[in-house]
Amino acid sequence: MAVNGVKTAGATGTGVPTGATTVTGRALALGRAELKLLGRNKTALYITLLMPLFMVYAMRSGTKNLDLEGSGLSLKEVTMTGAFGYVLLFVVYYNLMSAYTARREELVLKRLRTGEAGDAEILAGTALPSAAIALAQCVLLVGAGSLWLDMRVPARPELLLAGVLLGIVLLAALAAASTAFAKTSESAQLAAMPLAMVSMLGSGMFWPLAAMPEGLARFCEVLPMTPVVELMRTGWLGGASAAEVLGRLGAALVWVILGVFAVRRWFRWEPRR
Amino acid sequence: MDFGESVIEVSGLRRRYRQSGDEGFEAVRGVSFTVRRGELFALLGTNGAGKTSTVEVLEGLARPSEGRVRVLGHDPYEERRAVRPRIGVMLQEGGFPSDLTVAETVAMWAGCTTGARPAGEALGLVGLTARRDVRIKQLSGGERRRLDLALALLGRPEVLFLDEPTTGLDPEARHTTWELVRRLRDEGTTVLLTTHYLEEAEALADRLAIMREGRIVATGTPSEVIGGYPSRIRFAMPDGWFVGDLPPLAEMGVLRHEETGGRVELQTGELQRTLTGLLLWAREKNLELEGLDARTASLEQAFLAIAGATESSAAAEAPGALTGRNG
Repeated sequence: MAVNGVKTAGATGTGVPTGATTVTGRALALGRAELKLLGRNKTALYITLLMPLFMVYAMRSGTKNLDLEGSGLSLKEVTMTGAFGYVLLFVVYYNLMSAYTARREELVLKRLRTGEAGDAEILAGTALPSAAIALAQCVLLVGAGSLWLDMRVPARPELLLAGVLLGIVLLAALAAASTAFAKTSESAQLAAMPLAMVSMLGSGMFWPLAAMPEGLARFCEVLPMTPVVELMRTGWLGGASAAEVLGRLGAALVWVILGVFAVRRWFRWEPRR
Repeated sequence: MDFGESVIEVSGLRRRYRQSGDEGFEAVRGVSFTVRRGELFALLGTNGAGKTSTVEVLEGLARPSEGRVRVLGHDPYEERRAVRPRIGVMLQEGGFPSDLTVAETVAMWAGCTTGARPAGEALGLVGLTARRDVRIKQLSGGERRRLDLALALLGRPEVLFLDEPTTGLDPEARHTTWELVRRLRDEGTTVLLTTHYLEEAEALADRLAIMREGRIVATGTPSEVIGGYPSRIRFAMPDGWFVGDLPPLAEMGVLRHEETGGRVELQTGELQRTLTGLLLWAREKNLELEGLDARTASLEQAFLAIAGATESSAAAEAPGALTGRNG
C-alpha cells in the first residue's frame, strides 16, 4: 500500500527528503484515519449502512401512489434508480457534513493545514471512505437489480459512472459548503435537512420528473441533485436523447463548479470564536 | 553548514484582522527580525502581544497584510509546497480526532510527512511510548501537547515553530521538553519559539525579541536585553534605623532607592560593591538585616520594565509566568 511505502522510505531516511509524499499517499493516509473514525461512530455507521436501504423501502410506498403512466418507468425502475440519490444524500452528504464539522471543531483541520497536504487534499482525503462506500452501494444496487429483480444490465454504463462520480464530488462539495451553518456535528445533521428534503422531493428520487406536471418538472430540473440522479437513471435504463444527456452533464458540471466555488468562498477551517 | 545564513526573515510585517465595515484590529504593527540557521529565537510577550499572529504568517497559515516574510528563502504562504516538507509546526491550539489512538494519529500524520521518523521513535522523543494505544480523548492536556510536539518533529524539520510548547505541562514535563528542544538545536535545527514563560526564554533562547502591542520593543541575546537593567537589594530596616543612617548611597554605587513601610530597595549597577558596603555597615553596627535578598537583573525584571510599561506598577510584583492583561 502506498501509505506504507511512504512510511518505510521515511524510516530509512536521513532527514533528507528522499521519500517525498505524494498526493495519493497523503489522501490515503487521511482516508484511512477517517475510515477508522467512521467505524467507531455508531450514528454515522447506521446512517451510512442502513439509511439508504430504509429510505428505498419507505419511499417506495410513496411512488406506489403516483401515476407513473406517461413516464415510461415501472415502480421497480423508479425505486432502484432513485436509490442512487439516497446513497449520495446519506452516505456522502450527511456523513461528510458531520465529519467536516467535527474535524473543524476539534481543530483537526487547522492542525492538518500546517502540514504538507493542500486544502483540497484534506477535504478529499476526509471524503474517501464515504466516496468508496457510496460507490460500492451503487454497484450493489445495479448488481441486485440486474441479477435478482429482472432489471436490465446498465444501458450506458459510462453515463451511470459519470453520474455517480459527479454526484459524489457535488455532494462532498455541498457538504463542505453547508458546514458554514453548523456548529457541532449534531447540529450539522439538522443543517443538512433543507437540501436533503428538497432533493428527496424534487430531484426525481421517488417521483420522476417525467411523471411530474410540466411546470413543476421545469422547476425541479434546476435543483442541485436532479442532473446527477437523471444521469444515473439514464445510464441504467437508457432512453434519453443525446441532447438530453448533454444537457444533464452540463447542468451537473455547473452544479459541481458552483459547489466548489461555495467551498472556496465560505468554508471555514477553524471554529468561529 | 554556514551559520550566518538567515533561515527566517521578517521585514515590516503587519497583520490586520478585518471586521465588517471598520478598519479592523491590527495585531502585528511593523515587525522585523531575522533568525539564523541553527539559532533558537524566542518571541516573548504577554497574551495579545501579537506573537501567535506573527508566527501564523511564518507558518504559511495566513498572508501578511503588509511586509515581507521569507522562510528558507521562500514565501511560506505562496510557496507552501517548497516550505512545508522542511518545517515542523506546533500550534498554540491544534487538535486531533478524539476517537483515534495515539499511534493511529502518528500514522495518519506520517502519511502526510516527507521523510517521517518511525512512529516509535517520535513517541519515544516525547515520552509517550506507553500511551500509544490510548485514544486521544483519554489523554491529559499535557500529553496532547507532547503528542503535538512529536508530530512537529516527525519529519526531522530544518525549522521548527513552537507556539507556547510548554503551556499546560507540569514542571517535570516542561524541563524534559526543554532538554529535547536544546538537543534539537544542538543537532542544527533552527527553532522559533513563542512563550510567556520568562524562564523558558532565558533557559533556551540564543536571541529573543520582546513584543508589546504588535511591535518588537526589545531584541538581542538574553544578556543584551537584561544588560542595562540594575540589580537590586532588598531588606527590612531594623527598628529605629533609617535610610539616612546608611553610608552615603552614591559611594556604595546605588542608583536609586525606595523605602516603603520599613522595607528598603536599593538598585545598583554594581551589585557586589553595593552589597559589600551594606554588609560591612551592618556588621559594624551589629545589625540583623531581615529578609535580605540580593539579585542580579533577570529577564523577568527587564521584561516587566519593557513589556509592562503601560501596565500598572503592581505588575512589578507579579512573579513567574505572565498571565497577561486579562489575568
